[in-house]
This record gives sequence, C-alpha cells and structure tokens, in this order.
Amino acid sequence: MSVQLIKGNTAVIVGALYAGCDCYFGYPITPASEILHEASKYFPMANRKFVQAESEEAAINMVYGAAAAGHRVLTASSGPGISLKQEGFSYMAGAQLPCVIANIQRAGPGLGNIGPEQADYNQVVKGGGHGNYKNIVLAPNSVQEMCDLTIKAFDLAFKYRNPAVLLSDGVLGQMMEPLKFPEKAIEHKVDTSWAVAGNAETKKNLVTSIFLNFEQQELFNVKLLEKYEKICENEVIYEEYLTEDADIILVSYGISSRISKSAVEAAREKGYKVGLFRLITLYPFPKKELLKLATEKNRVFVAVEMSAGQMRDDLALAIECKRPVELVARYGGNIIEMDAILKKIEEIYEKVDF
Amino acid sequence: MVQEIENMRVYKRPESMHEVFERKGGAAPTATHYCPGCGHGVLHKLIGEAVDELGIQDRCVLISPVGCAVFAYYYFDFGNVQVAHGRAPACATGISRARDDAIVISYQGDGDLASIGLNETLQAANRGEKIAVFFVNNTVYGMTGGQMAPTTLIGEKTITCINGRTAEQAGYPLHMCEIINTLKAPVFIERISLSDSRHIKQARKAVKKALEIQRDKKGYAFIEVLAACPNNLKQDAQGAADYINEKMAKEYPVKNFRDESENAISVTRPKSDMSVEKLNEIFNTSDGTSEAVIDKDYKELQIKIAGFGGQGVLSLGIMIAKSGSAAGRFTSWYPSYGPEQRGGTANCSVIVSGDKIGSPIAYNPDILVCLNKPSLEKFAKDVKEGGVILYDSTIGDVNLPKNVKAYSIPAVEIAIEGGTQKAANTAMLGVIMKLGITRLSEKDFEDGIESGFAGKQKLIDINKKILKMGADWAEKNLL
Ligand SMILES: Cc1ncc(C[n+]2csc(CCOP(=O)(O)OP(=O)(O)O)c2C)c(N)n1
Ligand code: SF4
Repeated sequence: MSVQLIKGNTAVIVGALYAGCDCYFGYPITPASEILHEASKYFPMANRKFVQAESEEAAINMVYGAAAAGHRVLTASSGPGISLKQEGFSYMAGAQLPCVIANIQRAGPGLGNIGPEQADYNQVVKGGGHGNYKNIVLAPNSVQEMCDLTIKAFDLAFKYRNPAVLLSDGVLGQMMEPLKFPEKAIEHKVDTSWAVAGNAETKKNLVTSIFLNFEQQELFNVKLLEKYEKICENEVIYEEYLTEDADIILVSYGISSRISKSAVEAAREKGYKVGLFRLITLYPFPKKELLKLATEKNRVFVAVEMSAGQMRDDLALAIECKRPVELVARYGGNIIEMDAILKKIEEIYEKVDF
Repeated sequence: MVQEIENMRVYKRPESMHEVFERKGGAAPTATHYCPGCGHGVLHKLIGEAVDELGIQDRCVLISPVGCAVFAYYYFDFGNVQVAHGRAPACATGISRARDDAIVISYQGDGDLASIGLNETLQAANRGEKIAVFFVNNTVYGMTGGQMAPTTLIGEKTITCINGRTAEQAGYPLHMCEIINTLKAPVFIERISLSDSRHIKQARKAVKKALEIQRDKKGYAFIEVLAACPNNLKQDAQGAADYINEKMAKEYPVKNFRDESENAISVTRPKSDMSVEKLNEIFNTSDGTSEAVIDKDYKELQIKIAGFGGQGVLSLGIMIAKSGSAAGRFTSWYPSYGPEQRGGTANCSVIVSGDKIGSPIAYNPDILVCLNKPSLEKFAKDVKEGGVILYDSTIGDVNLPKNVKAYSIPAVEIAIEGGTQKAANTAMLGVIMKLGITRLSEKDFEDGIESGFAGKQKLIDINKKILKMGADWAEKNLL
C-alpha cells in the first residue's frame, strides 16, 4: 500500500487508470486542466490512448466512439466545457453508452472565473441536454474520493450503461492531500453483447439513439425510466454525521460538506444540536433517508452549497416541504465560510423552539 | 440515373450488405429508404462491393451521420454506430484509437461534414486519423427538406435561397477536397462522381482504394462524392445526371488530388497495458508514505504562505505538506488563484492535523509566512491570537497585530549565500523547522524536501543545505 500527497485532479487520473480506463479525450480548461495534463503524461506510459481534442464537443464525441467500442473512457472539463458537452451526454444516455465525465466546477454564468463554485448542479444532476435522461452523479469531497469515486463511477456507468459524472469543484481539483493508491487494477473486457468493436463477435451490434416510431421511442423512454428507478433503489450513497438527535441538519456535498462538518463540530461545542447529511450521490438523490429525518422530529434543514439553492430545491422536494429549508450559499468563486453557517444556526435557534 | 442503377443490378448484392433490411422493417423490407435515383444508394453499393473484395467485413465499423444516411445501418452487415450531427469524425477517432484493428468508415452529407462538422472534419484529417471518410456532396440538405448547403452552387435554388444562391448573401460554394488537400497528413483525397456508368467505374476504384488504405492501417482517406438529390432538386434521372456532369463538376472538378498510398507507412498502435504492475511502476507506489493515523493530541495547525508568484510560495507550502504527510499526519494543501495568479501575488493554505481535515482553507492561520509586503498587509490581521508571523526582512517595517509573535527573517539573504536566491522559501522552511512551531521533526522536513524534488538529486542537495542554513540562523538569532 502506498500513500502519496497529490492533487485532486491527478487522483482522478489515478482512479481512471486503475479502473481499466484506456482512452482519454479532452480539451483544456481551468481548473480541470491538470486532468488533461496528467492523462497526456500517464496514459501513453501504459500504451493507453490519449487525444487532445479540438473542442469539448469533439472530445465528448470521441468518448462516444470509444464507449461504443466497449472501452472505458474518460473526459474532464469545467462549466463552459460541460455546457458544450451536453449534446454528447444526451446522445450517450440515448444510446445507453457508459462513460465517465469529471466536472471540476468553476464560477459562472458565462465565462465567469476560475474560482470554485457548485452551480453546475442543475446542468449535471437534472440531465442537462435534451430528452428524458439522467446522469449518475457522484460528489467526492476529498482527494481520496476523487480517485475512489472515479473508480465507482466507471463501475456504475457500466453496470447501467449510462454516463456517470464526477461532480467536483475547483478546490478539490487543485488541493493536495495524501492519496492511498488502489491495490488492484481492473482489466476491463469489452462486452460483446452490445459494443461495436470492429470484430466478428460484435459485427451484429448497433449503437444508436433514434427510433422513428413514436411508440417505440416512448417505450424506450419507459425503459430508461425503469433503469433510473433501479438506480434510485440501489445506488444511493450518503454519510450522516451526528444527525440522530439534531435539531438542525446541514445538507451539503463536495467541498461545502467539509466546511459544514467543521461547522457542526464548532456548533456542538457551543451546545447546539446540529448534524450533517452529506450527499455522495446527487443522482440518485437520497430522498427516502432525508424524508425519514424530516418526519421523525421537528427540525430545520439548511442547504449549504456554492450555488443559488440548486441543490436546496431537490432537498425541499425530497422532504416534501415538511420542514423549513434554509440556505447558506456563496457564489462567484468564493468558498463558504464556517462562520456564515454558524451565524445561520444561531439565527434558527433564536427563531425556532425545538 | 435510373438507367445506371438498373445496370448496377446485374451485380449481385454485396455479401457485406443485408439481403433483407430487418432494421428498416415496414412493408417493403428489401427496398431502401432512399428516394429513387438518390446518390446514397449507389454509394452504399460501391462500399459494400469494396468491403467484399477486400475481405474486411468483420473488421468494419460504419458511422451513420445525421442526414438522409442516418439509417445507413439498415443496410450494412457490419458494426454500426449512429452519431450526432457533424460529429462522425470525432466518433471515428474514438473508435479508431480504442480499436486499432477496426476499419472505421465515416459516412457524411454536406451539411453534416462541411457545415456543422467542419471543425471535426478538418481536425481529424489533420491528425491523420485512420479512417475513410465518404462525403456525399449533393449541394443540398436532403433530410430536412432541401435547405441551402455550404456546397450549394451559385444560382442554385433551394428553399432557403428561392431565387438562387448569391455570393453577396451566402458566400461561395465550399470545396472540401481542395481544403483538405492543404493538410499534410491525409494519404488519399479524391473527388468522384456518380452521374453515369463511366464515372461510377472510376468511383469504384477510389472507394476500394480508401478502404484498402484502412486495411493496411496507412491513415486518412477522403472521398468526396458528387451525387444527386433528385427529390429536393426536382430532377428526373436524366436531369440529375446532366446536373452533376454539367453544373456540379464545373464547380467541383472530378479528379484525384492525392494518392500517397504507396509511400505511406502502416501504423500499428500498441495494445493498452492494463496490468497493476505497470501502474505501480508508473506511480512508483513502492515509494509512498504510510496512511495518516488519528492522534487527537495533535491539534489542527493552519498555515498560510503568501508572496509574489515566482517566490516559491506554493512550493514552500507543498514542502510543509509533504513533511506533514511523511510524519503520518492528515495534511492538505490548497493554492489560491485569482487574477493574481499571473505574476501577481499568490498564496496557499496548508493544514496539518491529527484528525480528518474539514476546510482546507486557512482562514485564521496559526502560522503566516509572507515573502512580500502586500501579502503581509493583507493577511496579518487574520492570524490567530498567539500565532506566529514570519516575513522576509526585505519587506522592512510594517504595523503588525500586538497579540502575535512576529519575526523578520533574512530568507532571501540566506538563500543567496547558499547559492540560489530561488530557495528563499527553503530558508524560511529551515526557520520554521527550527522554531518547532509545526511540531514536526527535522527528519520529516528532510523527507518533505526529498519527495518535493522527487529524483532531482542536485536540487535536493542544495535545498537541504539551505534548509540547514535557515535552521542555523534561527538557532543563533531566535532561540
Ligand atoms: C444539432 C442538429 N441540428 C440540426 C439537425 C437537423 N438536421 C437533420 S439532417 C440535417 C441536414 C443534413 O444534410 P446533409 O448533411 O447535407 O445530408 P443529406 O440529408 O443531404 O444526405 C439537419 C440540419 C439535427 N439533427 N441536429
Ligand atoms: S432527399 Fe435527397 S438525399 Fe435524401 S434520400 Fe431523397 S434524394 Fe437522397
């Protein structure tokens, strides 16, 4: 076992390589570029394939091609590039192709800046492109998870033949932490039942997303929805921290969840009963578990996120608006400060009799 | 035209094309979905025949575009992938890179290839991807009902230029073979015509050549096909043939532009190495530290380091973080960006802790290290009560908070004396080490330097020397 201090963006490439990913296609954009740099360095060392694409659209369609051939393939980008990739997300979901896309979020809208934000939530968690589809979305909050959840993302993408997104942010991409390297490497095999790999076994296969017939297209939508239901039933991942007796539950993900955890500890020291519900899968969203927390006891929920309540809306839906949902947010490249969360907690205790 | 197609029927259906088009289904499963006289059907047949002759059916992957040929996969009995509008060359790149033995065919119309997908087209050609591109130039968008294409002729009427295309309004017809012929990588470029049997005979050879080049892994081949869209251009068979011969071929000369197939060398990409041994070797995993252990007695330490870009601010942080990590502590390092990143000021946060780290940002540092004045002025007020500020003596006099310990350190001077001004950060590190404020050992710091300059022995030596000089200075002047 080996532990090395490395950047979150590097950890994504480590995860991908040990996950048996052998193709990388990408276009530079801060703060995701190190993923491209590391891919250009490490993929060729193992004779794996790397192309710096001419655009994000080209990159995601190269991903489409390699995924159609049954290979494990990765691309990475940030806000503006993810917007351009949306066409590809939709086509891949429609053609039921597995792939992993890392989104190292930066501040928007428009060109915005290269500071961290979490405002790609809607464009990634809700689908983002055209049509009734969903991406599987995993939200790491450490360098270790940048690696481990990349591996998990490949497993889920292939289990369900669906795009999976590692939704991260500029802090996690740029920060260094010790990474414990994976102990085994997956030797991925092409699934000849659906892939088009240019050989006799796969000659019969077709990858497409077009159904001219309305009934067929509707049936396909139903089939997709059934798949998503299965994902919701089986793949929810989250972490709870001191939620059991909590009056106030912070709900957060990614880098914000780490600051939230510090806030929970600081609040507990002051005698406030505060807990943290950390989302690890954003799609599927842990609806049942949150609803249970909302039903059990009179409590207030606080969404802590670096976006204008995009995740808060899903939280409110999940708990069927049974309890108040407050928001602590920053935008523009600014990170939430623990004090802002503590202030919100104190305000709530002034207003509410638990 | 109809006559020509009738003539072609004497050839039997290629083996590599389906007998019955089951994917198409419907009432007439042996008829194509193309309009009578459409160029697509003829080209399909030429491709099928060439695949048969070369014996490459199993290895072929056909990419269907968006356009009338979106259903090309109804007909070809080999691997099929349908792709987004204009993106076929990118998709082809992905397949070809992943599957070196695949023979990848990108089949595209003029809207698809020369308009929405022009960038992908040129870039794939320029990279010399191992793909055969068949570009059906029928001067019009067929599938969407006959709009103007980039290849529409001047004066030609379409439903978006009802009085005929004018250069003033829409520019000039785009010549794809000529454009691609400006690039170095392509191996084969030819424009063919499907107007009559004489031209089809010539076309057959070019189609086969393009696929032969793929069989031999020699690189990129581009075939532009002058074809009719009798449906949208309201032509009968003869009218269509005349149109291609008399109008289109004037604008788009039918000829070979390049044939490097003899000289081109075959390129085989090695198989991906998926073994764990290879990865462990690449990442040198025998070399890491061990996992951090929880030690509640080691309270979290927040360090902020700031200065001008180029002063080694970020690498000083990394060295401290590596020292912490080497000592089995939980450690994080986070650089701050912003407009300052280019030449302006830079800073980073390092957290070292005996437990899992929450926020990686040092809002209220225990230790602040400043290598320039603006940073000192900006961050001094945030330092914790009882915290430590270290700043370079070149900064001169500044007002600092009362409740912290502040030391002016001649780090730049020490570094110059040690042989390189660049290592002022390392001199600072030596002082930090000696002061003991990080509660890390001298060995941890040395390990930090070793892994920080991984493998570069000269740099390790000079930095270890300057580390010691900084420590000695601190011992003499501060302790
Ligand atoms: C992104 C996108 N834009 C527009 C369309 C609509 N569309 C379908 S086919 C087509 C034009 C096809 O023309 P061409 O490539 O010349 O092929 P042809 O039909 O003439 O064979 C267009 C614009 C689409 N499917 N996707
Ligand atoms: S519309 Fe034109 S290009 Fe399309 S099938 Fe008919 S003739 Fe062919």
